Amino acid sequence: MALLQALGALGRATLALLAAIGRVTLFALSAVSHMVRPPFYGRELAVALLNIGWLSLPVVGLTAVFTGAALALQIYSGGARFSAEAVVPQIVAIGMVRELGPVLVGLMIAARVTSSIAAEIATMKVTEQIDALTTLSTNPMKYLVAPRVLAALIVVPLLVAVGDVIGVFGGFAVATGSLGFNPASYLKNTVDFLEPLDVLSSLAKGCAFGGIAATMGCYFGMNSGRGAQGVGRATKGSVEAAAILILAANFVLTGVFFSL
Amino acid sequence: MIELSNLSKAFGANHVLRGVNLEINKGTSMVIIGGSGTGKSVLLKCILGLVSPDAGTITLDGRDVTQQDRDAFLARFGMLFQGGALFDSLPVWQNVAFRLLRGSLKRPKAEAREIAIEKLRRVGLTPDVADRFPAELSGGMQKRVGLARAIAAEPEIIFFDEPTTGLDPIMAGVINDLIREIVTEMGATAMTITHDMSSVRAIADNVAMLHGGKIRWTGPVSQLDHSGDAHVDQFIHGRAEGPIEAVR
Repeated sequence: MALLQALGALGRATLALLAAIGRVTLFALSAVSHMVRPPFYGRELAVALLNIGWLSLPVVGLTAVFTGAALALQIYSGGARFSAEAVVPQIVAIGMVRELGPVLVGLMIAARVTSSIAAEIATMKVTEQIDALTTLSTNPMKYLVAPRVLAALIVVPLLVAVGDVIGVFGGFAVATGSLGFNPASYLKNTVDFLEPLDVLSSLAKGCAFGGIAATMGCYFGMNSGRGAQGVGRATKGSVEAAAILILAANFVLTGVFFSL
Repeated sequence: MIELSNLSKAFGANHVLRGVNLEINKGTSMVIIGGSGTGKSVLLKCILGLVSPDAGTITLDGRDVTQQDRDAFLARFGMLFQGGALFDSLPVWQNVAFRLLRGSLKRPKAEAREIAIEKLRRVGLTPDVADRFPAELSGGMQKRVGLARAIAAEPEIIFFDEPTTGLDPIMAGVINDLIREIVTEMGATAMTITHDMSSVRAIADNVAMLHGGKIRWTGPVSQLDHSGDAHVDQFIHGRAEGPIEAVR
């Protein structure tokens, strides 16, 4: 009896998960379809580009510079155990560009942008602003969702590129400032070691993570419950979902780019 | 004319509407009364397509609303929401002129702003309010801006959802008078949902009472006090004792 109950609970949870995946997929497809069909809301896209891209630069820059610096210190001290201190430039470059740059930028965007989008749209829903948009002949998917998702798809890869450069610079600053590396040879080693595929994978991950972050914010906002509690739950759920999906997508994309 | 036939809607086990039949004649002001949680807002949202009914039909001028072009259908409506539902991120004038700045009714920005200021003036607000943001306005001013937005595109039909909720009695009176004047001068069809009896007497040509998911009574406002229906009598006199349970 207990086994049947446990199996029943597992079955219900599995069905609920599959249903949620289906709803999110349909929502994302709807957002994409609204991106390519008029009318287009240029002002909303510009505001989203500013909020997601430009205003995220400080947090992305600070995260990248400290991570790059810490990575250089770790590799130097760890490499010293088997006399491999000289690989600091190469490992910082590959670590930042292939992995840490996109993932950390993605997680920062999930924390900063996904939460903000979810809270804003959920508040609009609770205060009937979404209903008001509909009665004013404006499709909320087109006016609220499509510009935010499109802006994230455009701008998060650029943020990742900026994060990669700043992260490498963080490693460079520590390596040349306190670990005794020659600046010119550090930069040469970095540039020589990186391959186009490394940069391409970084930008592709940025695009995917940006899409996930904005879509989760919009989805949870549009499906928010009532009241302050509903807004809180939507915000929390959006960040959790975005962070987990970003990490899962990172694993899949890393496999696609480097293992196949 | 708006005609509702056998309209039903349930949320899970909660059957909110159980076969509503109602006619709202063109150019008249219908007020729907009823206790909190009786489905008044759901009824209104069904007509606007914000909520899909489970059964029944809604026709506008004899045509099923689900068969009509959605944009053209919505362009005929204006709506004043209970909390105003003003867009926080836009200044007041862009809220009022929202419909005139995009879509099929789009006008040049300067013209849209001019119309917005004229509508603000019509609801008793000065032009200096135009560039303020909704959060900077009092509750009464937000209602007026919501009213200005509802009438900005000169709609044929205007819906008012609890227009006086949360306002002091004087401001409630001002909003009621404004609604009556505007509906009369525009010749619009109006549908208001409220449980404020002063609003009912100020705004209504006809009244319908929604109770138990059905229209309990409907008739001209002049007959409201002589309806002969115990539910209506209890509601309009605000008695705790009667057929309507106080604890719902």
